[in-house]
Amino acid sequence: MSSTSLWYATRASGLMAMILLTLTMVLGLVTTTRARARNWPGFAQQEIHRRISMIAVVFLGIHVLTSVLDTYVNISWAAIVIPFTSSYKSFWVGVGAVALDLMIAVFVTSLLRARMRPGTWRAVHWLAYLSWPVALAHTFGMGTDAGESWVVAVGVLCVASVAAALAWRVRTAGRQSSVRAAHASLAEVPPKHLALTQSTAPPPGARRVS
Amino acid sequence: MSPNASETMPVTGRYRLLGHPTDLEGHLTALGPAPLPSGRQRGWREWFVSVLEASGLAGRGGAGFPAAIKLAVAHAAGPGGTVVVNGMEGEPASDKDKLLLIRAPHLVLDGAQLLAAASGARSVTVAVPQGREHVAAAVLAAMAERARTAHAPVPEEMVRPPDRFIAGEESALAAWFETGRSLPSFRPDKGTALRIGRKGALVQNAETLAHVAMIARTGPDLFRAHGLVEDPGTSLVTISGSVEHPGVVEVDRGTPIIDVANRATPLGPPQALLVGGYGGAWVGPDQFATPYASLSLRAVGATAGVGIVIVLGRDVCGLMETARVVHYLAGQSAGQCGPCVYGLPAIADDVTRLARGHADPGLLARLERRLAQVEGRGACRHPDGAVNVARSALRVFADDVRRHAAGTVCEHWNRGTQLRFPTVLRAAAS
Amino acid sequence: MTVRILIDPVACDAYGYCAELLPEAISLDEWGYPMVDGKPLPADLLDIAKRAARDCPRRAITLRERKGGH
Repeated sequence: MSSTSLWYATRASGLMAMILLTLTMVLGLVTTTRARARNWPGFAQQEIHRRISMIAVVFLGIHVLTSVLDTYVNISWAAIVIPFTSSYKSFWVGVGAVALDLMIAVFVTSLLRARMRPGTWRAVHWLAYLSWPVALAHTFGMGTDAGESWVVAVGVLCVASVAAALAWRVRTAGRQSSVRAAHASLAEVPPKHLALTQSTAPPPGARRVS
Repeated sequence: MSPNASETMPVTGRYRLLGHPTDLEGHLTALGPAPLPSGRQRGWREWFVSVLEASGLAGRGGAGFPAAIKLAVAHAAGPGGTVVVNGMEGEPASDKDKLLLIRAPHLVLDGAQLLAAASGARSVTVAVPQGREHVAAAVLAAMAERARTAHAPVPEEMVRPPDRFIAGEESALAAWFETGRSLPSFRPDKGTALRIGRKGALVQNAETLAHVAMIARTGPDLFRAHGLVEDPGTSLVTISGSVEHPGVVEVDRGTPIIDVANRATPLGPPQALLVGGYGGAWVGPDQFATPYASLSLRAVGATAGVGIVIVLGRDVCGLMETARVVHYLAGQSAGQCGPCVYGLPAIADDVTRLARGHADPGLLARLERRLAQVEGRGACRHPDGAVNVARSALRVFADDVRRHAAGTVCEHWNRGTQLRFPTVLRAAAS
Repeated sequence: MTVRILIDPVACDAYGYCAELLPEAISLDEWGYPMVDGKPLPADLLDIAKRAARDCPRRAITLRERKGGH
């Protein structure tokens, strides 16, 4: 493959991966518990979230592979996972490497989800919240197509959709009482009209025993 | 009898837990020493298990689980665990365990030592809630007496979990030891032993242990001479409510519940009896002759539960009292399971509306649906208790239900409560 | 051999995926929490049940086997 084709492939697959990762983020953010009370197909959504993430990974793989194979610029295999070690644009390639590392962690733990404690899996999956902005920074920091207006438009759309999804999630999670929150509200003293008062019975030991 | 029993059988006549001396010396003089194994006495365990099985002793902490089976399960879990004396007594209307720990601590501790010897446990731990300082002091004094005179084969100690209704539930108590939070666990297999860390834990109610200590001394027959074949022995019952002499009495199992209530001299003919505690059930006058026994009570929609009988006078509204009970239970949820956390307040709300005469047309159907939905869907039996008491109220106070649903409340619906609730209500599990 | 669905109410956070996959055996109460009817699972639903158990975000579902039908 000519260097030019590889270069186009790197850029195209990179952009595709960014778009698909954004879609994955949005689908992952727009979930709540107790949503079925409103008839929302949560399982189907989770499935789509997973499958799109897999397609994103494929494009990401192509992006990474072609960038290493392209001899025009020098990016070693090591540089794609060890940040800031590439000789070509070491900072922004390094940012990409950070994003890739985070995504590998998220991906691998999701594959092994059944074998780990739910708490551990959740903690690692939260790294996705970090990897997405890092990937976006890499996309525009590399600068290759960042000047194109349509690319900028795509970037703006990505940011807007994730921001909207995040805002929705924060608002819904805050408004919808979790079990913990509902339970905490029970801590308040019951309504006055129930008139729960202390017993007037004498303490034990002070009474006649048969 | 124990293979190495002393010649005299010190306890004769009626079987009873209450009325014996409290101090260690008096206790030993009146009842003799606990028949613990001496050294590596062969055959002791088999003898003790056979006595316990023959007695038919069931737990007095609310579940009524056979003591011999619980011992077998704990023994199978291996040695080195602990026997936990459950003195938590979370039911506000119950005083029997407090009374036992103050008046007969040596009986309770003897029972724990006997179970420790039979299960291979290496310690005895008494759980007394924070805030019950007079009980704690009495237990500590008794433990000191025993330690001083070498009457504690395995070490005895006391712990002070928080004073919450759910903290006495046995899996919540075991969890508190490990995590400091009184949270019940989901135990679909009742046959598995409780654990604290890697060690087994045999959790038994204080009264059950007192019975163990008596039965080991007297043999099973004296215990069985009281009560019924299917529910033998005696039980401590706390009677409260609209009575002249509230207190703790010892009754034979199978005594008609009205006779139990009458021991406390009700102020007038009772409107209803609340049997088994706040998670128990109301029983109406047409069933006052029901024997105080597990099967008999179950047949009328109640449970023996914890030894509690509350007399409801005629000058208060049963629905209003039920609303208070369900609100209290809702606030005491451990907060782990959706059906309990959401369901109990919803049920409490429906019962309150009914009691206040603010029922909408769909209320009764909705309440029935919610009761059916919540029942059995928690990790522990806490929500089931609330369902029991609400359902029994609908049945026993049916006339009131009809009137209140139509908008006519009783004249005394707004009276203060005849029931006991703690003044400070805290919902936090930790 | 019969298989029953068992849901751990402490772990459950009412995502509702199980009821979505298995409406024949699991329905939701008014607060979004699953209710299982307790009857043995028909054989043709077994694969879906395993899926539901595997994909529950809180791992609250287990499938209980018992030898001999009842």
